[in-house]
Amino acid sequence: MGLLRLEALRPRVLAQVSLCVDSGELVFVSGPSGSGKSLLLRAVADLDPHTGEVWLGAEARSAMLPARWRRRVGLLPAEAFWWTDTVGDHFPQAAAGAGASGTPPPSGLPALLSALGFEPDVLDWSVGRLSTGERQRLALARLLAQNPEALLLDEATANLDPSNRERVEQLIGGYRASRAAAVLWVSHDPEQRARLGGRQFGIHDGRLAAIT
Amino acid sequence: MSLVLLTPLDLACAALLVLLLAFMSWRLQLGVERRLLIAAVRSTVQLLLVGLVLKALFAQTNPWLIGLMALFMLTVAGFEILQRQKRRFCGPWGYGIGALSMFISSFSVLLLTLTVIIRVEPWYQPQYLIPLLGMLLGNTMSGAAIALDTLTRGAWDARGRIEARLLSGGTWNDAIADIRRDSLRAGLIPIVNAMATAGLVSLPGMMTGQILAGSPPMEAAKYQLLMMFLISAGTGLGSMAAVWIGSRRLFDDRERLRLDRLRPAGSTH
Repeated sequence: MGLLRLEALRPRVLAQVSLCVDSGELVFVSGPSGSGKSLLLRAVADLDPHTGEVWLGAEARSAMLPARWRRRVGLLPAEAFWWTDTVGDHFPQAAAGAGASGTPPPSGLPALLSALGFEPDVLDWSVGRLSTGERQRLALARLLAQNPEALLLDEATANLDPSNRERVEQLIGGYRASRAAAVLWVSHDPEQRARLGGRQFGIHDGRLAAIT
Repeated sequence: MSLVLLTPLDLACAALLVLLLAFMSWRLQLGVERRLLIAAVRSTVQLLLVGLVLKALFAQTNPWLIGLMALFMLTVAGFEILQRQKRRFCGPWGYGIGALSMFISSFSVLLLTLTVIIRVEPWYQPQYLIPLLGMLLGNTMSGAAIALDTLTRGAWDARGRIEARLLSGGTWNDAIADIRRDSLRAGLIPIVNAMATAGLVSLPGMMTGQILAGSPPMEAAKYQLLMMFLISAGTGLGSMAAVWIGSRRLFDDRERLRLDRLRPAGSTH
């Protein structure tokens, strides 16, 4: 149930947006910087005040606790922030041994990390030592370990070299296919958008419109 | 021991020292002479006025007048908290959070003291109530101001981290917990330090005053102890209330971090 439906959503600086992303569908959003792409994703994740409603399957956002909504509709911000010194602290599944409802099976996390090119010992690393690219990949691992049903990606591969970009694209594609997750992806990179396909939207003069 | 009464000439001698300091500040181009002199004049006028007001209050023991005085003290303390915020809350919250938390803590501790510990009759006897309230408010004010300032600055600087916690499925409570803890600690440190060094480095102001006014040192020490305990309780309560209300106000009903509820640094009104 990964259907994500934006209904008359009005983020700051954008005109009203209505958009439906099907289960397992990939939708790209592009536009000049400052046009409101990130604000659109922040509005869907309910981080900024705005009007409008978002549905995940048959469930309305307004009827769900905010924390639960943000866990199920996962936003990957352009800049990854970490709130303690060790990478592993940000993966509650690693500490708890997993297995509880809603968390991936214990084998999930190491597989996830290795798909992004990390050894399991990355969990002991200090956050301060990570490079920008490592931060970005680990932030994606953190997000996927939370098992979201829809993904909001803000420049998910902006700081990555080609081989890591390919890893990330494959991982996200695999996640989308296996979980039937709706993916709304903000990307600057026209080649990436052409390579991965999917419906394309652009923001011009504060309006979101389909690119044909 | 008898009380040595101060004459205006004695005070003028002490005031000369302040003038000397202002002169030096001017010669050394420190740029504080103006503020120093204004502050000295302000404190002279304020303290003499308070002396007069208290004299009148003590003579009457009128609960309404005492209440008015207490309200006035609380109002001024509330503004003082507001002044010390780098990023204050917009609208009535900016003043309200500080004033309300001070009201809760100072007045509850004060009532407890007057009715249970000192047991004066009637409980609102101004000779006890006003000085106790002054000490409580003064210290609670500092604690709450520091705690609130640490909270709002911390939230402002840690926006990314707070939102990352929200995005990982944390509640507003999880997201602000670290900053709240730091803020409370910051609010409590001054009084903890004061208790730890009391008597070793300096004699606390109140005890000094009592000894100079002729009280036996042991009695002065006991009163000082009482005050320190009351002040720590009041400061703790006040900081907790301020930080609790403030941290809740930083988030809305959809648990979004609302830094737009804080005024940008440096802007007035």
